Amino acid sequence: MPLSTQSQTEGDNYVLVASLDNVRNLSNILKAITFKDHAIFNATPNGLKVTVEDSKCLQANAFIQAEIFQEFTIKEDSVGFQVNLTVLLDCLTIFGGSTVPGVATALRMCYNGYGYPLTLFLEEGGVVTVCKINTQEPEEPIDFEFCSTDVTNKVILQSESLKEAFSELDMTSEVLQITMSPSQPYFRLSTFGNSGNAHYDYPKDSDIMELFQCTKTQTNRYKMSLLKPSTKALALSCKVSVRTDSRGFLSLQYLVRNDDGQICFVEYYCCPDEEVEEE
Amino acid sequence: MAERNQTTDRTLSHAISWQISQPLPADCEETCFGQLRSVTFGYCLHIVHDVQCVRRLQIQTTEPTGDAKSQVNTFLWIPHLHLLTAKLTAWTTCKVTLNIILFNILACKRLLCSLVSALYLSNKPFSICVVFDQANFFDEYQLEGVAPDANEICLEVTPENLSRALRTSQNAKCVKIKLTKKHCPCLTLVAELPTLSSVSRVVTHDIPVDVIPRRLWHDFKEPRMPDFDVSIYLPPLKTMKNVVDRMKNLSNFLVMEANLNGEMNLKIETDLVSVTTHFKDLGNPPWGDDGSQGRSQSRDPEVMAHTRVDIRKLQQFLMGQQVNPSKAMCNIVHKRIIHLILLHEDVSLQYFIPAVA
Repeated sequence: MPLSTQSQTEGDNYVLVASLDNVRNLSNILKAITFKDHAIFNATPNGLKVTVEDSKCLQANAFIQAEIFQEFTIKEDSVGFQVNLTVLLDCLTIFGGSTVPGVATALRMCYNGYGYPLTLFLEEGGVVTVCKINTQEPEEPIDFEFCSTDVTNKVILQSESLKEAFSELDMTSEVLQITMSPSQPYFRLSTFGNSGNAHYDYPKDSDIMELFQCTKTQTNRYKMSLLKPSTKALALSCKVSVRTDSRGFLSLQYLVRNDDGQICFVEYYCCPDEEVEEE
Repeated sequence: MAERNQTTDRTLSHAISWQISQPLPADCEETCFGQLRSVTFGYCLHIVHDVQCVRRLQIQTTEPTGDAKSQVNTFLWIPHLHLLTAKLTAWTTCKVTLNIILFNILACKRLLCSLVSALYLSNKPFSICVVFDQANFFDEYQLEGVAPDANEICLEVTPENLSRALRTSQNAKCVKIKLTKKHCPCLTLVAELPTLSSVSRVVTHDIPVDVIPRRLWHDFKEPRMPDFDVSIYLPPLKTMKNVVDRMKNLSNFLVMEANLNGEMNLKIETDLVSVTTHFKDLGNPPWGDDGSQGRSQSRDPEVMAHTRVDIRKLQQFLMGQQVNPSKAMCNIVHKRIIHLILLHEDVSLQYFIPAVA
């Protein structure tokens, strides 16, 4: 592989090397969480976790397991850094965003540790692009303390019909209200916009409902501006799990299949809006 | 410049070509030799792409009397005009403020089309020059220039008007372009449209032009090939375009460097990021024994010549590529200028991007 010669200049100083035959397996997932400029990268022997946060109320995480990569070598237990995500995506898609069948861009990502830039080697059709992106000290991601033992309500839906609903959401509504209940209306999304109120109901025995575990009726509101970016992750996904805990915190987990059919996860955590109504 | 009064001039000496019109659609004003009146845009002109187009060359000997039989038709065939259309269309749809196209018509030699953007993006103009040999384009080509020792005509025209006329001439059986005088000098483009019936339809566009006086001609000469340091073939333009599009998101300036070993790099560098794209095995054009190669002959093939340019200008050049050139190359004058040349059969397009500090 032509890229292997490039790493000789870096010597053996890398702490993280990750290679992909198809860079889209990384870039597509990262696009699903790009709503802010900065992202926190955390690599462990299990794989790569990328975190983006917004105003301490929203957190998006993308997980790309080590198995997805053709090569994933890490010399420490945990390697963390922060980069400008928009710049990173421009670099990952340097050869253009469109797919031409049979032509893939290969990626080799190298990081030498604290203080060093993130180095990307991208190759397509014999042309090599080298990118060095400056890194910063990683911030500590917020711990939303969302515990699976504290989950009040949980549903797993097929993404298809939720995609429709999310694309039609009334953006003049400041909040998105989610109602989950063991009884009617089971699972409801509501908006309160200038033209009126809209409700999307998903009955528990509907085809698209793969799992329905609701113990208690809960209605929570979340700022629309915070949740709107999750639409990108939804668009990529085939299934989504929606969970709320006793505090009304929301967890959205998306199952995403990449170009090669492998599975990655994206999750969003969101705080409820100030005026929480719990029945 | 002599008056262009075709009504009295039977020969073709003052115009590039002539067409005698067949009966025109009712809503078109009367036409006669030399007094083609303007019709509104909205008619379709068509140009054939087929190189096997039938040629007919006849010369009018009488004034048209309205009787079709007494008129003799002269037809032209322009085989590659669609290329010019494509390029001009591309430039004008790029939202570039291309103020003028200059047609510099050299007698019997070349049709030179020079696109100059006076105001786009910065105070420094960059220029594009298209040169094509009229013999490969026109069946009939007649010209009488300003004076016997300056057998040229220099015209200024708005690209949008010309490209619109050419664009709608995609499927014409034949097209004629002539220099005429209406209320002002015009390039009159007359096309014959194919129809289902035996009677064909003729459409005329009158495109106002300004005649450039001789004293200003030096501004519009075909640019000389600069003494370049390195000349190299360009990589696939699509790849270049993809890369430059992304680089534009990251930086305003780009460095292009190349050497005589067929290697070219595109580089950007900012506080946040540095990106370099390496192209290899591109090949260097063999320029032969003309003087401009002198500088590069004794050059170490590994050493790069580089120039830093405004990335938007390079992006513009790449945006205009709708026709795949048969050859694309680039001459770099170290730290001064990038000279890009596209050759497609018999058309050359040259593009100059000056260096920025």
